[in-house]
Amino acid sequence: MFEAIAFYLFAFLTIAMFYITVTTSQALYALTALAAGMIFISAFFFILGADFLGAIQIVVYSGAVMALYAFGMMFFDTTRDVKEKHGNKLIISGLSILTAVLVVVIFAAPLVSSNIEAFYPMTEGVGNTQDVGMVLFTKYLVPFEVAAVMLLVAMISGIVLAGKKMDLSLTLMDEATIAEEKARRDEENKKVLS
Amino acid sequence: MEIGLNHYLVLSTILFAIGLVGVMRRKNLLMLFFATEILLNSVNISFAAISHHYGDLTGQMFAFFVIAIAASEVAVGLGLLILWHKRHGNIDLDQMSTMKG
Repeated sequence: MFEAIAFYLFAFLTIAMFYITVTTSQALYALTALAAGMIFISAFFFILGADFLGAIQIVVYSGAVMALYAFGMMFFDTTRDVKEKHGNKLIISGLSILTAVLVVVIFAAPLVSSNIEAFYPMTEGVGNTQDVGMVLFTKYLVPFEVAAVMLLVAMISGIVLAGKKMDLSLTLMDEATIAEEKARRDEENKKVLS
Repeated sequence: MEIGLNHYLVLSTILFAIGLVGVMRRKNLLMLFFATEILLNSVNISFAAISHHYGDLTGQMFAFFVIAIAASEVAVGLGLLILWHKRHGNIDLDQMSTMKG
């Protein structure tokens, strides 16, 4: 009973928030609605017994991803209204619904075809976090490490792309050019400060 | 009234459709990124629901990897977007047609 109430409440809230995210013309509203929707989605994970996934959802999305997007919003001038594409509404909604149903069919196809046995069944008597740790660090250790390398690559590429003068290498330059560069930058800083 | 797997799959469909509508109608690239986050999250819901349905942890594992991919996508995407904004002063999708044939 309570599960049904919670499901319908959070389903309504999530759909409303994401609807605001894709339809509003103000970037700030879209960002706030997206953050709220992410937190409401974590409620589904808690209902489904995936406690660790729900906690990760809150930490990663409303913590890290939203901070990045807030930074991006402050960097780009998104205070003015966002221009929209006005395509054929019928084609857009038709294609979207078709693709979404296709995704669900892909997910649901194994359910109707045959009886599936659990690959890594949940262990009785241990919490979800412990269970996830046991599976993640034994069966999924290699994908976990690869994901860690991928995050490292993403971090370095973010620094290199967003940083200033990242295409210069101090080790490849001789002393004279470095001194010249430094003097020029000091001059620029003086101009900015005064 | 029991909430089963079908309820979660239908919810996932609705959220995926909303995200796809957002991807198709947004012209600002930052707003397009918001829509892609919605797509990834709707798939995560169905992963968690199927994982619960079978009593199997594989679905949750894949949801973790999807979250990791989403986080790195945001980092690289925003870096590229900043580079584009520095050069051209806007992040309009329709103006990115330099490689158009």
